[in-house]
Amino acid sequence: MPVSATNSKLIYDALKECDIRLVSALPETWLVHLIRLADEDPEMILVRLAKEEEAVGISAGAHFAGVKSAMLMQNHGFLASINGIVSFAHLYKIPLLMLISYRGSLGERDPWQTQGGNVTEPLLHALRIPYFFLDASDTVRKRIRQAQTLAESSLQPVALLLARDLMWEE
Amino acid sequence: MLRLDCLRSVYSELESCLVVTIMGAVAAELQSLGHRPNFFYLQHAMGLASSTGLGLALCLPEQRVIVFDGDGSLLMNLGSLSTMARYRPRKLLHIVFDNESLLSVGGFPTATSTGTDLEGIARSSGIPLVSTVRNVEKFKAAVTDSMQGSELTTIIAKVEAKGPAAYVTDLSLLENRFQFRRHIQSLKRPVR
Repeated sequence: MPVSATNSKLIYDALKECDIRLVSALPETWLVHLIRLADEDPEMILVRLAKEEEAVGISAGAHFAGVKSAMLMQNHGFLASINGIVSFAHLYKIPLLMLISYRGSLGERDPWQTQGGNVTEPLLHALRIPYFFLDASDTVRKRIRQAQTLAESSLQPVALLLARDLMWEE
Repeated sequence: MLRLDCLRSVYSELESCLVVTIMGAVAAELQSLGHRPNFFYLQHAMGLASSTGLGLALCLPEQRVIVFDGDGSLLMNLGSLSTMARYRPRKLLHIVFDNESLLSVGGFPTATSTGTDLEGIARSSGIPLVSTVRNVEKFKAAVTDSMQGSELTTIIAKVEAKGPAAYVTDLSLLENRFQFRRHIQSLKRPVR
């Protein structure tokens, strides 16, 4: 599978450096290595979800408990989480670090991913969610640290879009 | 059985717990008995109270966590039962007040009014201990039993579709949220 194991490890190590101790996830192709790394790490609480919106509540609970968390999801999972983001994270000022695989963008071969790709950034704009790209290995560590810092200081969701150039090798 | 009587019957036992409620009647009635800093009322995001309790319970495994859920909210996030069952935090107690109604928006009947069985769904999702109670004595006994044990529990409490006169209280959402987190952080300080 041409998902980049090397860059997945870079991302995972950067999350650990930010003291992330809980990761929630719903599997998708680009996230397989990240989920495996979390599963194999005895220091990490991995929560495998039925649907991504649950992650908003789980991360809020973790925040109340004083534990830093991250959410791994596909952009369609972000779409499925929007009510939770607005009516919990925004309403109650909950920091969320959302790592969203940006499917359906340039180079996408799966027809079923393409509509989600069209609306991901417009929706992030509409929701006033600050977002940045993870698209090159040399900036992964810094951007994850900066996104986590902003989420904590602003008490709001911050998104990182995992780009094909980083996640896929072919 | 009235939800308010259920809440009153266990109110004194909530002091040592972290409590998460759904919006509407549950939040207003618990506040009417007396707000405490260890109570968090999720006044929207229907379905996510159980997920919030799960997050708390996974991060604070020694802490008793109680979620007061409702049939309308749980039906919006049935997957939460399977996620809770997957991780089975031993000190998480999930109480579902089932009044077969979306009461606060005018009393529209939910699917539990036409036969959907939340006890069966919880059991089949893998929740280790599940029961249904129909009077206050049994409700109190079920809650007490769960708090003395150490197994993830869901209690379905069948209650009447009656609620408080008003749903908006004078506790602001953000005040509640910051107070709740501060309370939890204060529990972690070493006792001298």
